[in-house]
Amino acid sequence: MTHLADLLLLLVVLTDFWVLGTTRLSSTIRAAAFQGALLAALPLALHRGVSLHLLALGAGTLLVKAVLLPGFLHRAIREASVRREVEPLIGFTASLGLGAVAVALSFGVAERLPLPESQTALLVPAALATVIVGLLVLTTRNKALTQVVGYLVLENGIYVFGLSQAERVEFLVELGVLLDVFVGVFIMGIVVFHINREFDSLSSARLTELKD
Amino acid sequence: MRLVALVLLPLLAAAAAYARRGARPRSAWLLGAAALHLGLVGSLWVRPARAVLGGWLAVDPLGLVVLSVVSPLFLVVAVYAVGYLATESPRGGRAFVSCLLVFLATTSLVCLSHHLAVLWVGMEATTLALAPLVYHRHDRRSLEAVWKYLVLSSVGIALALFGTFFLAAAQVQGRPLLIEDLLAGARTLQPSLLRAGFVFLLVGFGTKMGLAPLHTWKPDTYGEAPSLVGGLMAGALTSCAFLGLARAAQVMAAAGQAGFMEPLLLGFGIFSLLVAAAFVIGQTDLKRLLAYSSVEHMGLLVLGLGLGGTGVWGSVLHVVNNGLTKGLTFLAVGNIVLATGTSYAPAMRGVLRRVPFSGALLLVALFAVTGSPPFGLFVSEFTILGAAIGGGHPWIGGAVVALLAVIFIGMARTILEVLYGEAEGPPAAREGPLRLAGPLALAAAVLLLGLYLPGPLREMLARASLSLGGAVP
Repeated sequence: MTHLADLLLLLVVLTDFWVLGTTRLSSTIRAAAFQGALLAALPLALHRGVSLHLLALGAGTLLVKAVLLPGFLHRAIREASVRREVEPLIGFTASLGLGAVAVALSFGVAERLPLPESQTALLVPAALATVIVGLLVLTTRNKALTQVVGYLVLENGIYVFGLSQAERVEFLVELGVLLDVFVGVFIMGIVVFHINREFDSLSSARLTELKD
Repeated sequence: MRLVALVLLPLLAAAAAYARRGARPRSAWLLGAAALHLGLVGSLWVRPARAVLGGWLAVDPLGLVVLSVVSPLFLVVAVYAVGYLATESPRGGRAFVSCLLVFLATTSLVCLSHHLAVLWVGMEATTLALAPLVYHRHDRRSLEAVWKYLVLSSVGIALALFGTFFLAAAQVQGRPLLIEDLLAGARTLQPSLLRAGFVFLLVGFGTKMGLAPLHTWKPDTYGEAPSLVGGLMAGALTSCAFLGLARAAQVMAAAGQAGFMEPLLLGFGIFSLLVAAAFVIGQTDLKRLLAYSSVEHMGLLVLGLGLGGTGVWGSVLHVVNNGLTKGLTFLAVGNIVLATGTSYAPAMRGVLRRVPFSGALLLVALFAVTGSPPFGLFVSEFTILGAAIGGGHPWIGGAVVALLAVIFIGMARTILEVLYGEAEGPPAAREGPLRLAGPLALAAAVLLLGLYLPGPLREMLARASLSLGGAVP
């Protein structure tokens, strides 16, 4: 079982690099969707035995993170007819390098954290790396839509970390968290629509009217 | 039962209000739910309610104090909103009223939840409920404001979820993430995971409170949102975020980690006051001015918490005073913005002559919000100052006095220039009674709190302070 979990976690980290390295918005969204699908499979791979709780958690994650939200974001870029991320604050090659640093850092930190025997040694470093990559995308990309994907990746990292506690935290709570993420990204998506209509571009770098 | 009702009642009212086409029944749902909510909160003071849902929802002194700020403030804002929507509702106000009611439900959930993850779910929901209201005017500026608000708050609150999971990982006994069990087993919590969790919770809830340097969304959002929404944010939303932080502080204090926590809180507190002082001076927009005043008061809240002892008591009292005063200030400014059509200070003069009642309210609000005697904020600020000087931090005390003086001068200069001077522009718009009654009631309340603390409130504040590891003066 742990082999499968390790493989999934490795793929989660590789997806982080996919998000970092791609210029096409649709490809970024596909990466986030793929990561969501990996996350949906993780609870079953991590824990021994199949319980209703784990199945429902996996199904809910799949629905929200791999189907609904990516589908919604795809619609957003189709209607806005934007295709590419333009000149991010940090170039693509450099951000891939930073991603590598993040992964190394995460392994170092995870080693020092006195976590109770987690099922696989990869869980915490993969979670930390994904959180850092999410923050990186959020802060260095100009397109509002890419930032939404960054937020999704950040949430995915936190979700992976939360999975180490999945059997202790109640299902209702997990459902609430998923619902919040769903509504949050949904509202962000609507704002992205409006930004596009008002400014003729999805760039949040154009949002500079308000300042002191 | 009552605890569940406090959350479900506003939600049902939100659905009902959304279903109605007419403005009148919608207002009835809004006011009815707000009044009933206040009644239920009042009944909790008389007769405590038992914990429900396996201990997820419960009342304790800390939560009850915050809930008792939110509920009357919401009623006042609801009355004001009825008056506001009569003149300013570009899209009928259906979604507006529903979002307000959903906000009330989610803040109640935050105040009552004794499960840290449930608290998180409520906290994120409060952010989302207010987002459509920030974008009420549907123009470029409010679009920019809502984007910054959503992204920064969501990322901040995501980090708080990370911190919550750290706390779960630190816990070895008891039901996971339940406050009572965390406190009972505080000494068995894994210390380094607890510390890491606290840092994330501080950054997460600190973003939502608007502690500097995590406050950057605040001036833009308060500046563009309708004033009544700004009042709810500065009075209710930030109080809830502070409650989240206080919950984390509660666990830290019980675990004997106060020594790790206090310098962090003091640092954020002083820096927030510094930033507020720097940006209040020369601020030309009234609503942005209030946003920096909010940064100042959030700084004072964490400062009191970080000082410990009687500072904690001062902090809890400050939540009450700040919540009500912010409501008063934003609603008074809101009236003036409605009358003059701008919040740009140099464009309005002689406001006292043009809208005399709202102008007088703003004058009262100015003194109340800067912590002048005899208003409530003076008492809590004085207590926090006393805790700083008496607790062996004279430097912090001196710095706070200096910064508060700068902030007072900055705010007074801008607001007095607006109030006095030659009246120009068109004659005053009518000041509706619905838009005056609420701020007037709040002004009376903060004046009363400055002169006299009722016995039950004093006792509840004392119990809340003790539960945070503080003392009672």
